[in-house]
Amino acid sequence: MIAENFNYDAPSTLEEAIALLHQYGDDAKILAGGHSLVPMMKLRFASPTHLIDINNIPGLSYIKEEDGLLKIGAMTKEVEVEESEIIKNKYHIFGDATKLIADPQVRNFGTLGGNLAHGDAANDHPAVMFALGASVEITGNQGKRTVPIDEFFHGFYMTAVQHGEVLTEIQIPAASGNYGSAYHKAERKVGDYATAGVAAMVQIGADGRCTKVGIGLTNVNSVPMRASRSEEALLGSDLSEAVINQAAQYASEDCNPSADLRGDEDYKRHLVKVITKRMLNLAISRAKNQG
Amino acid sequence: MIKCKTSKEIGGMGHSKKRKEDARFIQGKGNYVDDIKLPGMLYMDIVRSPYAYAKIKSIDATKALEIPGVIAVVTGKDLEKYNLHWMPTLMSDTQMVLPTDTVMYQSQEVAAVIATDRYVARDGKEAVVVDYEPMKPLMDPFKAMDEEAPVLRPDKEGKTDNHIWHWEVGDKEKTADIFNSADVVVKQQMHIPRIHVASIETCGCVAAYDKVENHLTMYMTTQAPHAIRTVIALVAGHVGLTEEKIRVISPDIGGGFGGKVPVYPGYVIAIAVSFLTGAPIKWIEDRSENLQADSFARDYHITAEMAGTSDGKIQATRFKVLADHGYTDASANPSKFPTGLFSIGTGSYDYGAAYMEADAVYTNKPPGGVAYRCSFRVTEAVHAIERMTDMFAKKVGKDPAQLRMENFIKKEQFPWASPTGWSYDSGDYHAGLKLAMDTVGYDELRKEQLELRKEGKLMGIGISTFTEVVGAGPAKDFDILGIKMFDSAEIRVHPTGKAIARFGTKSQGQGHETTYAQIIAEELGIPMEHIQIEEGDTDTAPYGLGTYASRSTPTAGAAAAMAARKLRDKAKKIAAHLMEVSEQDLEWEPGKFFVKGAPEKSKTIQEIVFAAYTNHPEGMEGGFEATHYYDPPNLTFPSGAYICIVDVDPDTCDIKVRRFVAIDDCGNIINPMIVQGQVHGGLTQGIAPAMYEELIYDEAGNILNGTFMDYLVPTAVESPSWETGHTVTPAPHHPIGAKGVGESPTVGAPPAIVNAIVDAVHHLGIDHLEIPVTPFKLYKALKAKGYFGDNA
Amino acid sequence: MKKNITFKVNGTEHSVEVEPRELLIHVIREKISMTGSHIGCDTSSCGACTILVDGKSAKSCTLLAVQANGKEITTVEGLATAEGLHPIQEGFHLNHALHCGFCTPGMMMRAIEMLEKNPNPTEEEIRWGIAGNLCRCTGYNNIVKAIQWASAKMQDKELPSTEPEFV
Ligand SMILES: Cc1cc2nc3c(=O)[nH]c(=O)nc-3n(C[C@H](O)[C@H](O)[C@H](O)COP(=O)(O)OP(=O)(O)OC[C@H]3O[C@@H](n4cnc5c(N)ncnc54)[C@H](O)[C@@H]3O)c2cc1C
Ligand code: FES
Ligand code: FES
Repeated sequence: MIAENFNYDAPSTLEEAIALLHQYGDDAKILAGGHSLVPMMKLRFASPTHLIDINNIPGLSYIKEEDGLLKIGAMTKEVEVEESEIIKNKYHIFGDATKLIADPQVRNFGTLGGNLAHGDAANDHPAVMFALGASVEITGNQGKRTVPIDEFFHGFYMTAVQHGEVLTEIQIPAASGNYGSAYHKAERKVGDYATAGVAAMVQIGADGRCTKVGIGLTNVNSVPMRASRSEEALLGSDLSEAVINQAAQYASEDCNPSADLRGDEDYKRHLVKVITKRMLNLAISRAKNQG
Repeated sequence: MIKCKTSKEIGGMGHSKKRKEDARFIQGKGNYVDDIKLPGMLYMDIVRSPYAYAKIKSIDATKALEIPGVIAVVTGKDLEKYNLHWMPTLMSDTQMVLPTDTVMYQSQEVAAVIATDRYVARDGKEAVVVDYEPMKPLMDPFKAMDEEAPVLRPDKEGKTDNHIWHWEVGDKEKTADIFNSADVVVKQQMHIPRIHVASIETCGCVAAYDKVENHLTMYMTTQAPHAIRTVIALVAGHVGLTEEKIRVISPDIGGGFGGKVPVYPGYVIAIAVSFLTGAPIKWIEDRSENLQADSFARDYHITAEMAGTSDGKIQATRFKVLADHGYTDASANPSKFPTGLFSIGTGSYDYGAAYMEADAVYTNKPPGGVAYRCSFRVTEAVHAIERMTDMFAKKVGKDPAQLRMENFIKKEQFPWASPTGWSYDSGDYHAGLKLAMDTVGYDELRKEQLELRKEGKLMGIGISTFTEVVGAGPAKDFDILGIKMFDSAEIRVHPTGKAIARFGTKSQGQGHETTYAQIIAEELGIPMEHIQIEEGDTDTAPYGLGTYASRSTPTAGAAAAMAARKLRDKAKKIAAHLMEVSEQDLEWEPGKFFVKGAPEKSKTIQEIVFAAYTNHPEGMEGGFEATHYYDPPNLTFPSGAYICIVDVDPDTCDIKVRRFVAIDDCGNIINPMIVQGQVHGGLTQGIAPAMYEELIYDEAGNILNGTFMDYLVPTAVESPSWETGHTVTPAPHHPIGAKGVGESPTVGAPPAIVNAIVDAVHHLGIDHLEIPVTPFKLYKALKAKGYFGDNA
Repeated sequence: MKKNITFKVNGTEHSVEVEPRELLIHVIREKISMTGSHIGCDTSSCGACTILVDGKSAKSCTLLAVQANGKEITTVEGLATAEGLHPIQEGFHLNHALHCGFCTPGMMMRAIEMLEKNPNPTEEEIRWGIAGNLCRCTGYNNIVKAIQWASAKMQDKELPSTEPEFV
């Protein structure tokens, strides 16, 4: 499998990259980890005429807590997330998710920014970002703007990143209090895209009530989605089994899976329900052990 | 422990010798076909059909030919000029090399682009414009058998339907009588799905025709280089490419498993183009092309029935098969066996009546029917008999292990005449199953299962006790395109006592360079390290039919022993001459002849060989060489007892193989390490169709999973940690008592796994599950039984 | 359109001219003529092409050669030294962790990075660690053993038996 030909640039500053994107117009694409883009180009599903490799731009790869936010640079690789102490200690959801994303070699190159910017509902990080209530920082000619994750995904392979812009940072409200998160997806074999996946985050108050909650779903809708009705049911509740069941039920009703080789609609809804329950319980138990 | 006759230094049979071939592979010095680079070599890429069934209205190569570096675009019409557009299949059917007017399956070869490098060839391929007139494909083999079904192969003279052949074996009336009066009958329709060998190396070749010498050197991924040479000569003899002008070289092969037996159109096009241009042509498939167009395996729809008594005695079986062969029968079976050795399907059980019939049909799917790590349709047969045995056990309420023990053919009953005409050579089925049960802790597990069930947990135990039939085969019955299925070995021992041996087989990872050396070491006492093994070059190796169907050890391994024995006879004469005693006074121990009663008087094999070149008896031919073509008197019948334990997640229906114990009996063992390795590999290729792999087509004829993204080859995570063991029941008729093992695990594992999964959910009303049993499929089955209530 | 790139392969510097679309695996195999790394798929699924790029295991069929500019690459050809085989090579040989050998180079390169990061992996960790590498021949048991053996050897620990456990 071989891609069509294209021009290649590897600028060393963000400004240059943005200028090149403007210069080449619609047919230019950013190359981050390349582990979604290159496979698509090899199959000739994508044929950009210019690739702007942003790997040589310093300062786009970091994980840090700052201003009440967990900030992840767009070029941070999956493997760096997996190995980060901050993440291992407080944001268990990333450990769950990265382990199930592709395989170690892919995780050595795939970036978090690319995983979101690809705009594919089959990718796992979008659901994680919904659960964590993330925002995405986008940089363009006019400077930076921040887009909440709920407004980020516009359609199949379409996101809020406009032409001439670069996703530069992911911002997540920092974990605080009794905070727990978890992710799981059903997959046909290891490294497969999700049959259905659920990301969950909860924060529990001193009275045992749910003070914060987020649930994101993978590959059961044409764009990544939040299970809003489930969140509403949980927020402020005592997180009893009945509420969790209700939330799981809502998630399974509100998603829109389509039938494919991975399963039919009914099976995927069933999985969403089962996994939502399990991830909420796991997030809750993690929350109880934290803080 | 295995007893060895030779010392570790000699390294004959029974020693776990490390492999001689490893050195190059672990250092990146293997020589696979894509590693070959010849001066002036051009690259070929193939335009393939997006439709399963379509008329080709036109092929426009103008744009492609405008691309710098594109040399030529070859179509069926071009090949037609040389009458090279069709070729015979190994089953004497016909297959298009390139179509002149109609494509018969999605991804069929339509045109070939020749260019200066693979990137340009790919650009050229994208630029070829083909105008198709799509037609409605016939995808369902049952519908293809309908009288009104459109005839797919009007090119075959007199063909008025899609039926390819009918086959039957056994006693129809006797079987029917038993079924009519039996206490218990179980019946199940099952599909052994279309799968792919998916060796990690795809297929490819470098065809290098030398115009001046009128000579073709064909480097290719083939498991049967000699047979290929003959086929090329048959196809291209009329343009002057006769058999002595053809050299087929099969370099290192990255896995074969039967998929590298057939002749694919790509090879033939590469030869044709090299023949016409005089340039070497390299063609290497992509993975997608490999999965979508190369020969499939299995695809048998079986209606299986078993009759027996209410106390669990099996009395008769009846199998009816519909075989979906795609658009041509490109199976790689021995000629007289259109269903291969499917008739082994009466299994390991002692009963007297069976009847089997099969019909084959054309559809708009890729051709094939290769023996994927299987001795020609044994996998299908074993699946049917082992599933039915379990269903029968459940029906009569007997433990499946107990029922098997009660029905096994007994050790004393061998040689055993099967109701479908085989003479099983030897076996000890009771010992195998007992060892498997003890190893796994069967009785404890049954108790645990009951406990878990009380807690709502799902755990299952599955058994498969199969009999294989390998080593094709005796010349009276077995041939491919008329060529008898013997195999050969040629041994040359050099004056210093070191040897080279050449074979007509071809290893694709089985370790022949090690095991053949061990067989010769066993017979001659020359250390195996000093025996060089060569295969895969038709100019140097003796003729043989190749490596597949677990036939190498039974045939070529025997040939090696027989050739070595010829040399030992010669050695004895020389030794007698050297020591001035009569031959009767000599006795052999590995590595030397000594005088009976005077062991200090001896000659080593090395001394004897040296004498063969320097001081041989008058009247004897000099040198120390022998060749043997081995025609087996019977096939060999390896067997196995496998037990699988699965845990099923009652909510997600995820299935986890907790343990898998495999006890194999392959007769005498040449190299335990290699046998064990073969079993491990075969088991993973057994779990694959049982739980993961299947080639899926939609009604429009599109393949839905033609890449490694969706064709789910198990990784180290899906593959459990296998537990292996063995019993030894030598093959009485075989020179070294070996039976062949490469395929037993692929054949025996799937029913053990499915039996375990069904066992886990049988109490919920499930009697049968079709492979691959995925969580999705299991969920659907349980849901249909009301297991999830009605709110999910 | 063409680009000049310079990189080190197994310690030796190479400068080659490539089209931006050329895949690293093709350049290594065809322009540097090191054919030890293989191609087993077209969807980044099999790992046969795994090499080390600046020490990180990489599917070289999913990297453009231009991305390797200035990088240090290690392939299977770079493992053995004048002193002998790399422990992972020895481990694979002694534990019969290869049959056809096609997946072997990629499998070993992956294992090397895994052991570097986690010198004492559990069986479970090894299996997940090689989940991006398909082997159709071995059933993986002996690959796991080989990696465990190499782990011991690299730390001068007592070496596990390399005899088959074949009851
Ligand atoms: C075999 C295999 C299996 C996989 N399995 C999974 C899986 O299970 N789950 C999963 O989530 N992913 C999976 N992936 C995808 C992988 O995680 C990708 O790495 C990821 O989706 C994209 O990240 P990247 O850095 O490689 O992006 P690239 O491939 O470089 O880019 C992807 C897209 O995003 C754009 N882009 C990238 N970065 C930016 C940026 N900073 N600003 C603006 N636009 C940008 C690019 O232009 C391109 O259109 C798999 C990939 C492979 C090869
Ligand atoms: S060739 Fe298969 S992953 Fe690279
Ligand atoms: S040894 Fe053949 S693919 Fe692994």
